Amino acid sequence: MIECKTSKEIGGMGHSKKRKEDARFIQGKGHYVDDVKLPGMVYMDIVRSPYAYAKIKKIDASKALAIPGVLAVVTGKDLEQYNLHWMPTLMSDTQMVLSTDTVMYQAQEVAAVIATDKYIARDGRDAVIVEYEPMPPVMDPFKSLDPNAPVLRTDKEGKTNNHIWHWEVGDKEKTEDVFSQADVVVKQQMHIPRIHVASIETCGCVAAYNKVENHLTMYMTTQAPHAIRTVIALVAGHVGLTEEKVRVISPDIGGGFGGKVPVYPGYVIAIAVSFLTGLPVKWIEDRSENLQADSFARDYHITAEMAGTKDGQILATRFKVLADHGYTDASANPSKFPTGLFSIGTGSYNYHNAYMEADAVYTNKPPGGVAYRCSFRVTEAVHAIERITDIYAREIGRDPADLRMQNFIKKDEFPWASPTGWSYDSGDYHAGLQKAMDAIGYHELRKEQTELRKQGKLMGIGISTFTEVVGAGPSKDFDILGIKMFDSAEIRVHPTGKAIARFGTKSQGQGHETTYAQIVAEELGIPMEHIQVEEGDTDTAPYGLGTYASRSTPTAGAAAVMAARKLRDKAKKIAAYLLEVSEEDLEWEPGKFFVKGAPEKAKSIQEIVFASYTNHPPGMEAGFEATHYYDPPNLTFPSGAYICVVDVDPETCHIKIRRFVAIDDCGNIINPMIVQGQVHGGLTQGLAPAMYEELIYDEAGNILNGTFMDYLVPTAVESPSWETGHTVTPSPHHPIGAKGVGESPTVGAPPAIVNAIVDAVSHLGIKHLEIPVTPYKLFKELKAVGYFK
Amino acid sequence: MKKSITLTVNGTAHTIEVEPRTLLVHAIREILNLTGTHVGCDTSSCGACTILIEGKSAKSCTVLAVQANGKSITTVEGLATAEGLHALQEGFHLNHALHCGFCTPGMMLRAVELLEKNPNPSEEEIRWGISGNLCRCTGYNNIVKAIQYASAKMEGRELPSTEPEFV
Repeated sequence: MIECKTSKEIGGMGHSKKRKEDARFIQGKGHYVDDVKLPGMVYMDIVRSPYAYAKIKKIDASKALAIPGVLAVVTGKDLEQYNLHWMPTLMSDTQMVLSTDTVMYQAQEVAAVIATDKYIARDGRDAVIVEYEPMPPVMDPFKSLDPNAPVLRTDKEGKTNNHIWHWEVGDKEKTEDVFSQADVVVKQQMHIPRIHVASIETCGCVAAYNKVENHLTMYMTTQAPHAIRTVIALVAGHVGLTEEKVRVISPDIGGGFGGKVPVYPGYVIAIAVSFLTGLPVKWIEDRSENLQADSFARDYHITAEMAGTKDGQILATRFKVLADHGYTDASANPSKFPTGLFSIGTGSYNYHNAYMEADAVYTNKPPGGVAYRCSFRVTEAVHAIERITDIYAREIGRDPADLRMQNFIKKDEFPWASPTGWSYDSGDYHAGLQKAMDAIGYHELRKEQTELRKQGKLMGIGISTFTEVVGAGPSKDFDILGIKMFDSAEIRVHPTGKAIARFGTKSQGQGHETTYAQIVAEELGIPMEHIQVEEGDTDTAPYGLGTYASRSTPTAGAAAVMAARKLRDKAKKIAAYLLEVSEEDLEWEPGKFFVKGAPEKAKSIQEIVFASYTNHPPGMEAGFEATHYYDPPNLTFPSGAYICVVDVDPETCHIKIRRFVAIDDCGNIINPMIVQGQVHGGLTQGLAPAMYEELIYDEAGNILNGTFMDYLVPTAVESPSWETGHTVTPSPHHPIGAKGVGESPTVGAPPAIVNAIVDAVSHLGIKHLEIPVTPYKLFKELKAVGYFK
Repeated sequence: MKKSITLTVNGTAHTIEVEPRTLLVHAIREILNLTGTHVGCDTSSCGACTILIEGKSAKSCTVLAVQANGKSITTVEGLATAEGLHALQEGFHLNHALHCGFCTPGMMLRAVELLEKNPNPSEEEIRWGISGNLCRCTGYNNIVKAIQYASAKMEGRELPSTEPEFV
């Protein structure tokens, strides 16, 4: 049970309050971007390249323009006149808005059709004739580095190869020394495949430029509306769209998972067309466009190595990464982190030597990448460390749980200085794994496994004990385009004691309208039902960097606490004035100040707020409002211990998840129901890449599964009944000890599942399986080791 | 050439003009302005557009509006009655069976038919029953619980706990 400091009526931290936002969603009154309908609105559709790499010879729009209702066809040449045909990416690279001469991936934007109706826009799209001169694409990132490979980014002056950047961290020489002297060294190549967030709502916008007012209102599926406003002003300021003339509204969002952080070409084209015509322009991509053109996630080729002793002491790790970024590095990362937070990959273990390096390359694939419910490349890192730890345990014949227990950082060793430069804030890894083992009955399962193997049955148990790193981040290291990654909260309490709280973040399903209200309720004692939470309108909310990377609670949630505490300080002064005592004589309990030793002499928060408008102390500013911009001193480090049990059909290789227990530690819990819901959802999004999802391209550059018919998002049938629990190790630096949780399960689940499948077949000679582990892939591997004759 | 059709949506008859190619989901969203029915894919895979046609769940992105001429349709906006929320709406809310809310209308309407045909389904029957509807946020655990709750409520059985359970 979680202890609560507030009553159920106040509903502060720890209460499983039902969500305030549900009412509109269950009654069909959510307001998503495709629900925006403005007078005179026109519709945009996009002509896309059928080739992965080609020269554009000619664009003939005459047939399209002859269709009644088609208003315009916009090409790269049109945008070039305004210098809008290219745009910067967040990673200091450049990306085409509409191509003027060359297409670099299949489904790239070539032209836009504007029409009075969405069906006519699509007719127009189909009537635009584009002549291409196809060229052989570079699809394999390893071949991309071949000296004879064609240089893809000929737009970059002096570029002589397809290498984007090199990154490294850790002590290379010391790590090499440890490796050269270690008793045991294990090594595994693994690919974390290209996948897609596939939120059920695709991306889209309504760009509404008012020529008379010189003002743009941009309704848009964005997880970071304020940052987008600044980006629009930076990109389009030269044509007069300066930042005070831009309002970004992020309405209800149908899932984000990182895919709604980037600026996609469609948004820019819609703004340009609205700017030129003065008409509101709606662009909503369809699912195929979403899967084929929007930012991918992952696509890391990792060589992971671990050095250790014969008796199971981990001594060092070494990771080498080849990152396939497609034709431009359009990653949604903090600017100084080209590999995101991949350097968390030393994991939950106590050792002091590590070295990691990564090289990024261009290929003829769509640009990216984004997070897929992950704090910037943490999933890739966790997969590498949790797989290689299992491989090490197997190499020396140790139980994987036992080996992890031996190597965990102990709870009194925090803050832990990781060999790659992180300072882990807190954790209790032993307690988490023990709880997971007890819940699933680990030792009994091992006995059962021994029995089943005697009968020729295949059952496996897999463990993942991961450390996440979320809440970007401290301003000394973290910025996006120079803007520091703080976040903000503004609380206004009205005279009758009811409040509105606004934030720089933007929920996409996380339940901020409920949890932020609970945070304010915890601090001020105003019932959470009386606190209205708003986000997503840049004209009203304070500036913030948005919601992704599990950063809302660590940053904006902390800002809410700090703003509320400013108000509580003010409330104390007012209470002292009203009760005619000194501040030192007052004590706080949620919802009121009372005189020490005389609890009947009290003023409720509502009375105090009313007085701030009606009877405030002389010399004090009237009103009851506060704003805080929170710059976190460190990131937070949630952790988890996951155990998965699988049964593999020895004939069909069908893999069934029998049980999955997830014990998460996200520090203090604001709303247990919502935390659990986040864990359930994250687990299914961890199952997805482990067993089902992968964007597959052929050598000619064609995507082979660019629709929901063949890109396999798990349904309720594939998804098992998840069992969840928690340990609570508060963050010592977060003002309410919370850490963030939405992404932990997506990060932690894949290695637990793969470790379980490998465990089911390890006695047959299989050491590793690449994700997604499909029955066919497993069949081939089992055939290769002679299991199937 | 537009066709005149009559759709009875949530009990109200609407006579509207549509092109023969107009999808039912677009007639509902764009002409009748009932935007609770969503579009999540273009291959009838996700189920966000699920509605009831004559009481049977259907993916309205794969039905032409003209095919629904004269039919009775229920959308999410028609689930609640004057007496209050439908048991499924209540179940989804109380069991935290929605996050972003985008799949929720389709998921609930699919469950209406599921419970009509099978008033007391097992967990496995529920999972198979909603397997044509994708949810990307919730991991389905609580959707199953919500449908079990609605089943109990509609059948007058004892209501299951709506508090989260932890190991």
